[in-house]
Amino acid sequence: MGDSENSEQEIQTKPVVEKQPDLPKFEKEQSDKITAKFGSKTEIAFVKPNRIRVNVKKEDILDVASFIRDELNYDHAESVTGVDFPEAKEIEVVYHLGSYTDPHLDKQVLSLATRTAREDDPNPGKDSTRLPSLRDIFYSVEFHERECFEMLGVFFDGHPDNRRLLLPEDWADLPPLRKDFAIKGR
Amino acid sequence: MTTQLPPGIQLEKVDERIMTLNVGPQHPGSGHMRLIIRVDGDRIVSCDPDPGYVHRGEEKMAEYRNYITNIPHLERPVIHDSCNILYPYCLGVEELLGLEVSERAKYVRVIASELNRFTYTLYWLAIYGIFLGHSTMFMWPAGDREFAIDLLEKLTGARVTHAYFVPGGVRNDLPANFEDVCLRQVNYLEKRLKTYGDIFYDNPILISRTEKTGVLSRQDAIRLGTTGTVLRASGVDYDLRVKEPYDVYDELDVHTNVLKHGDSYDRSKTPWLDMLESCNIIRQALEKIPKSGSVRVKLKPNPKGGNDEVYKRVESGRGSLGAYIVSRGKPEPYRVKLSVGSFRNLICMPYLLKGEKLGNMPAVYWSLNYWPVEADR
Repeated sequence: MGDSENSEQEIQTKPVVEKQPDLPKFEKEQSDKITAKFGSKTEIAFVKPNRIRVNVKKEDILDVASFIRDELNYDHAESVTGVDFPEAKEIEVVYHLGSYTDPHLDKQVLSLATRTAREDDPNPGKDSTRLPSLRDIFYSVEFHERECFEMLGVFFDGHPDNRRLLLPEDWADLPPLRKDFAIKGR
Repeated sequence: MTTQLPPGIQLEKVDERIMTLNVGPQHPGSGHMRLIIRVDGDRIVSCDPDPGYVHRGEEKMAEYRNYITNIPHLERPVIHDSCNILYPYCLGVEELLGLEVSERAKYVRVIASELNRFTYTLYWLAIYGIFLGHSTMFMWPAGDREFAIDLLEKLTGARVTHAYFVPGGVRNDLPANFEDVCLRQVNYLEKRLKTYGDIFYDNPILISRTEKTGVLSRQDAIRLGTTGTVLRASGVDYDLRVKEPYDVYDELDVHTNVLKHGDSYDRSKTPWLDMLESCNIIRQALEKIPKSGSVRVKLKPNPKGGNDEVYKRVESGRGSLGAYIVSRGKPEPYRVKLSVGSFRNLICMPYLLKGEKLGNMPAVYWSLNYWPVEADR
């Protein structure tokens, strides 16, 4: 009888802890490693189950990508996506990285995102819309970066082969995935 | 003589020994893409793949249509595997809109996507057969494919362009008596597939043409970021149905087929083994599917996603197929990117064809399980 009263009191006196949303443990560890190494240079945009997104400045992307490959064991790029943000006058490039060699990373996809300046009157390859190429770090980005160059006009410094890929050779219009390239009738 | 050339057109210096061949884009040996091959005698010196002949701007079109009206055109890059190409898009939109899919719909999706793997892979096998001069291997898969197509027609109403998957489930329920017909035809297809093994994969002519040609080592397969059957033929055990199971694949017993040599023979055998595995998966799904229940969530018109992004991937007939969807609180997605297996495997071509005999080009090219239309999007 006395025991149960005590335990009831204990329960009542326990401080009420506000429950934080549980971040997935493994993904949190991974993102903490990146933060511990690079500090304020990187920004962890989100940590979701099996998905992490890291935003970096374009000056730091080579260092961060090398760290992700060498220390976190990501070994290939699944896709490279360019996203146009005309209001912010920026173009974002997102690398989705995965791993075949590390069984712990089977489910993981790490998005590494960076941004570059966007010019209203683009001159692909000759204007300020350029980024360092990750081809020396993740070899598999070669064709993806070529696609990004022609579709958004982002020139990749250090890429050996910044040529057209999908578009016709005589394409002389805006890069088509920019928002100001409008489809007729829409 | 200085004539003004149109932009993008260059004159090429003719070399004495090296000859440039344009294979494609309308050559039947390459599909709708061009391979710029430079040959020295019979040997390929270099190969420069030039996709884009059938580029249709699917990603651009997706930015102008809402989440639901995107469905019929996003499957067009690979109509023979249309359920699988819509799968990651639907999974992504479900996460963006917060939809819960019913258990029965998940099983129907598994059945439809495995049947689609059949129709795609049999089509591919038919082409692979005819390009190696084995015309029986063209006729048989092309004929047997009709059984799988009939099943999908019963299920979805269309022979190839199904547009069957929708965010929140599938478009309509299984027709009456579908389970029995499906089981019977899948059993028949499995029996036929085993005959293919006898006539094609044990055929000494096929073996002599494809063995040790276009060898992709395990390290290179990983470094080049290949996927699907190409990756698994090189000895990497990676199948998303097992590694990152989506929908109900974690409740099914899926065996991953891994071969180790990484040559054209292994690359052509892995899809066939996958089809045999699909038979097992369909049988398990037919057994476990809940007998009743809804298959589609009722949606509001023009549903809007929040300020979010999502990357979902599934295992298609050609490997991992990812959909990256960026939403900015509008009924239309802000950006849709399809990361397709064919495009990811394209990077192998210059590596595998270099130093190979020109006559081996079709054997290597088609063993990559490459679908030009999908790579171009």
